[in-house]
Amino acid sequence: MANFETVVVETDLLILGGGMAACGAAVEAAYWAKQNGLKVTLVDKAAVDRSGAVAMGLSAINQYVGLRDGKNTVKDYVDYVRNDLMGITREDLVANIARHVDSTVHLFEKWGLPIWKDENGDYVHEGRWQLMINGESYKVVVAEAAKNALLQNGVGQVFERVFIVGPLMDGDRCAGAVGFSVRENMFYVFKARATLAAMGGAVHVFKPRSSGEGMGRAWYPPWNSGSSAYFTIKAGAEMTCQEVRFIPVRFKDAYGPVGAWFLMFKSRATNAMGGDYMVERKPELEKWAPYGRVKPIPANLRNYLGMLDVMEGKGPSTCAPRKPLERSPTPTRMPRRPTRRR
Amino acid sequence: MPSFVIPEKCDGCKALDKTACQHICPNDLMVLDKETMKAYNRDVAMCWECYNCVKICPTQAIEVRGYADFIPMGASATPMRSTDSILWTVKFRNGTIKRFKFPVRTTPEGAAAPDGGYETKIDLDSPALFTEPASLGLPEVFTLKN
Repeated sequence: MANFETVVVETDLLILGGGMAACGAAVEAAYWAKQNGLKVTLVDKAAVDRSGAVAMGLSAINQYVGLRDGKNTVKDYVDYVRNDLMGITREDLVANIARHVDSTVHLFEKWGLPIWKDENGDYVHEGRWQLMINGESYKVVVAEAAKNALLQNGVGQVFERVFIVGPLMDGDRCAGAVGFSVRENMFYVFKARATLAAMGGAVHVFKPRSSGEGMGRAWYPPWNSGSSAYFTIKAGAEMTCQEVRFIPVRFKDAYGPVGAWFLMFKSRATNAMGGDYMVERKPELEKWAPYGRVKPIPANLRNYLGMLDVMEGKGPSTCAPRKPLERSPTPTRMPRRPTRRR
Repeated sequence: MPSFVIPEKCDGCKALDKTACQHICPNDLMVLDKETMKAYNRDVAMCWECYNCVKICPTQAIEVRGYADFIPMGASATPMRSTDSILWTVKFRNGTIKRFKFPVRTTPEGAAAPDGGYETKIDLDSPALFTEPASLGLPEVFTLKN
């Protein structure tokens, strides 16, 4: 057994995790910490530049309301979510996210994320609420803003390659966290006045539906080991929504998210018999009224129709555009070279 | 299917403290064999094919054996990432080669200013977040008015 050195770190706010949520929290917290003389500490088990579920980048932003353009209202978004989740939703939470999400997207763009624009300079929408991006470095850009926020004005510290194993409890109060370095023989004790757990979800709880060579291949990152769930349970948090599990429908020759395929490329799904479950199983939707009647059809009902096909042995389904694309939806023009700040 | 290291191309990042791939792998899979000074992926079943080790490798010594449905045997997809763009070279089984170039960012590296140039004029009692409402492009943050 190696002789571990114990390092004690005292901070005001402790942010556990280094993904998109943690980085966003760091940017927000750094501003208020600076004004109030507080210290913020972020702990990531990997390298913040490429950690979390956005480590490899993304091709779209899946929530943008567009309030400044007057195209949608907060109420429009709440109505959409309520219908999509068939009435089971916390409208207050949805509204709170909807009223703030646009400013986050605008900040992403200022930080350097390339968002597709049309000839008029407006965002290119994949769907009503989705924007297309060149997001290879999505996480790099957001991590950079978070690190700049914490490190440039002296309010914060960033620890990388430190794996948090549990909360530090002071009676019923979470007073920080403990963890160890995955690089050196160091054990960390973080003492904090407030602790934010943003260590990702839990992958590999259920077997993915991928088959053949893709067996076991997960949509979400295999490094999301359930740390947040364990941490918060140990800290005494009430666990809710544990009945919700997410196992996406698989299409033949496609493992990943199919949002762009359906929204951008106007794809349709075809089962092994050549049928279209969205057409053949339309009467099924009536059983789920009123939500079966709303447009767009709730995502879980669309997926359910596909699963009925699979359960009847009509799989696998393929997913392809109705007609060949007339032109590439990808802008081939590179953005103008950024001018260096002086 | 995982990333893999081509031993002939890997130089173990020479005398660096740790290799570039060790530094970046989100799942801490890349390790350096100190005897051969070659890096390797230690748990291929836990690899997400995120390509971060491929993109960061200074000697282009890492590739990904893609799933056969989109990278069938004999084909390859190889990224070359620069400070402002990424170039993908896609080789098809019939020998066709296509290259796709995309921007990765619009600002110089390191230049992401947390406030994005937006002014913040609010206090903690306000429903507005840092940079709001300026960054919303609205005069104020939405609230329910009774």
